[in-house]
Amino acid sequence: MTDQDLRQATQAYAVRLGDDALILGHRLSEWTSRAPFLEEDLALQNVALDYIGRARMFYGYAAELSADGRTEDDFAYLRDARQFSNLLIHELPRGDFAFTMARQLLTDVFSSLYLEQLLRSTDATLAGIAAKAAKETRYHLRRSREWALRLGDGTDESHARMVRAIDELWGYTHELFELDALEQQLADAGIGVDNAALRPAWLKQVSAILTEATLRVPEDSWVVRGGRTGYHTENLGHILSEMQSVHRAYPGVSW
Amino acid sequence: MKDQLDLFEVFVRARRGLDHKHVGSLHAEDHEQALEYARDVYTRRSEGVSIWVVRSADICASQEDDSESFFDPSDDKPYRHATYYQLPEAVKNM
Repeated sequence: MTDQDLRQATQAYAVRLGDDALILGHRLSEWTSRAPFLEEDLALQNVALDYIGRARMFYGYAAELSADGRTEDDFAYLRDARQFSNLLIHELPRGDFAFTMARQLLTDVFSSLYLEQLLRSTDATLAGIAAKAAKETRYHLRRSREWALRLGDGTDESHARMVRAIDELWGYTHELFELDALEQQLADAGIGVDNAALRPAWLKQVSAILTEATLRVPEDSWVVRGGRTGYHTENLGHILSEMQSVHRAYPGVSW
Repeated sequence: MKDQLDLFEVFVRARRGLDHKHVGSLHAEDHEQALEYARDVYTRRSEGVSIWVVRSADICASQEDDSESFFDPSDDKPYRHATYYQLPEAVKNM
């Protein structure tokens, strides 16, 4: 690979990671004023803002690498669903509180392992973003783990909702550990993360938490994939139409 | 889980060397959760380096009605203030 190819691949990689963070952050932000109680409302907003901040850093870097005048806003607001490359698990509707916390648990464990590797990236900017994000994720995981225990080992109702949430999410977790050619090239070059290698550690940690929460680990009986190639669930279009509406109605507006 | 969450008082130390100051209260299930929410509610703008939480029910407070017996008696005891005493000439600084 030439330096130019590597630069292009890194740019696409930064957009992917930005998409993951933006879409999950947006989903979390939908809880604003709707959380079970005030304290949790603020906590969820904090986590949402961490993700949106992370998206800005990745998009900012992607814009810098493309060097064609695009800014972070172009990536967030001016692309359609087919051009978004987030993993599908991030775009699923927020569901009930158990579903949101179950998704946070599964993705927080993944993020903590992923960022630990991205910290060692030979790309100084990606490593820098990972260093900041890893601290946030340690706190996110603390929260989602606590909630998994409280809800799983709580009332019959909360337990049943957690079981349902984990079952509904499980088939979307496999995509977290798949690499396409671009990601493989970057992993080989020491820039990107070999996420396939993270699954044993992820499964071990997730299983331990689920067991402690009196929840069972689902069978690997179904898999959904497509996010990285732009094949999304119908939910992404709805997110984008809401998230991008102001920017599309008033291009370049600021306040 | 209980139907009603407990009330906790939150104390934040702004910087090393300063005391913890009472900043407000919040609802939580237990101490661990109260500490996490205190972080989210009261230190969002880097207000602190240390947080204490305590169940509001565990605070024993003086009552307004008791103020006469609690605080008034010290009003007529000026000798408890250092300024009541004349410094001898020989003592320059104290």
